[in-house]
Amino acid sequence: MNRRELIVGAGAAALAGGPARAAEKPHWMSPLLPDGTREAAVLEALPGKQKLIRLSDRPPNYEAPIEAFRTAVTPNEQFFVRYHLSEIPPMADLGKWSLSVGGEAAERQIVLSLDDLRKNFQQMEVAAVCQCSGNRRGLSSPHVAGVEWGYGAMGSATWRGPRLKDVLAKVGVKAGAVEVWLDGADGPALPTTPDFLKSLPMDKAMADEVIIATMMNGKPLPHLNGYPARIVVPGWTATYWMKHVTSIQLSTRPLDSFWMQKAYRVPAGMFPVDHPFPTQDNQTVWPITDMVVNSVVADPIAGTRLPAAGFTVQGVAWDRGHGIKQVEVSLDGGKTWQQASLGKDLGRFAFRAFSFQTGKLPAGNYVVSSRATNNAGETQVDKLKFNPAGYHNNVPQQIAVTVA
Amino acid sequence: MFRNLLAASLLCATPALAQEQVKLKPGPGLDAVTTSCAVCHTLDYIRMNSVFLTPDAWKAEVTKMREALGAPIDDDTANTIVKYLSATYAVQPKS
Repeated sequence: MNRRELIVGAGAAALAGGPARAAEKPHWMSPLLPDGTREAAVLEALPGKQKLIRLSDRPPNYEAPIEAFRTAVTPNEQFFVRYHLSEIPPMADLGKWSLSVGGEAAERQIVLSLDDLRKNFQQMEVAAVCQCSGNRRGLSSPHVAGVEWGYGAMGSATWRGPRLKDVLAKVGVKAGAVEVWLDGADGPALPTTPDFLKSLPMDKAMADEVIIATMMNGKPLPHLNGYPARIVVPGWTATYWMKHVTSIQLSTRPLDSFWMQKAYRVPAGMFPVDHPFPTQDNQTVWPITDMVVNSVVADPIAGTRLPAAGFTVQGVAWDRGHGIKQVEVSLDGGKTWQQASLGKDLGRFAFRAFSFQTGKLPAGNYVVSSRATNNAGETQVDKLKFNPAGYHNNVPQQIAVTVA
Repeated sequence: MFRNLLAASLLCATPALAQEQVKLKPGPGLDAVTTSCAVCHTLDYIRMNSVFLTPDAWKAEVTKMREALGAPIDDDTANTIVKYLSATYAVQPKS
């Protein structure tokens, strides 16, 4: 039988490596999520992964529990998994993987092996946040349709591989090139469903930080994070980070794909961007691109009882590549703020850890929040900038805890 | 690359359908929902998106699946699916 039976037929049982067991519930999920999401979610380990919060098994959509964001580097085993389409080639098929590079706006067409990518190009490393565009969609008010992510559809890793622009130089970029079109080995269950295709504007595709990663935190990419190679687009949401990338094509035209022209859109001008996308922007909606400045408190978790001696507030902050200037912490739900300490700077596209020691506290109820500001002077918003797909939610958390 | 035939998909999806049937609330149209929706994705997508969509919003989702995402669902079946979702997993719009 083919891989379909493995992944589609048996669903979660096959992915999880055994027959169905009694479902284990996540330790914590935000009460802001839809009731049905919290009922359906279970804690489950995919092959090679620690237990993640399963929102769906086919296609697999698993997010990291919030504890994963106590540190600035997300282990591969805790890195979230997100697919649009259910046809995912198994590792055995990916052994035959190759990458076609060329297109109508290229001087020539080439096919690269994994060895070519690792040995025939200068290897670059970039620490960068990979965050699903829809991260925190489930917290949108009012709720909007889609995968109802909490806080965990993101991670930060050190990615290694050749620059995209060095690989494009091998095929020769013609003057008329306006976009780079990307395809990966995963695909739809039905031939009538549009394949997941994405594109990048030349400006971003040729940026120094954009690479074709074959390594993640010093190890080969995990299967479900894009083995053997994925595009890494630091600063931009993960929708452009094509997994199992099999095709990179220079084009003279905008990509007319459902996933570019209909999905992954935000109201024009609602959020700041550094790299315009002129071939895909229109007057009312733009493609989602740059991430907004944001932070997450991983500890404490809402509902916790904490000692009067005090506790540590810790988490991570990130933005689209300007870097984090400061993180503030509030214990009164945002009325007053105090400076948190920042951890080591791992690079302008990476998570920046922060921590704050409360010191002794009177017994009572507290509401913990964090608020990051980037080097462009942008701060997390007080009120949700509602948009129909539930993107870019950077409203500070309100974490109710008790000190006793 | 890595594309498979529709026939293979339907054949091999059968165990998943049987497994998933129990997950959704009973009601008229559940069979149509199971047969049509679970070919491409888990029925947990329905539970996950509940309960907050209005009947009109569910209808829009079914239309999106048919028109934008290529689900081969005819008009009658689509109506049955929308009725099931509206009766079972929808909120009524505020008047």
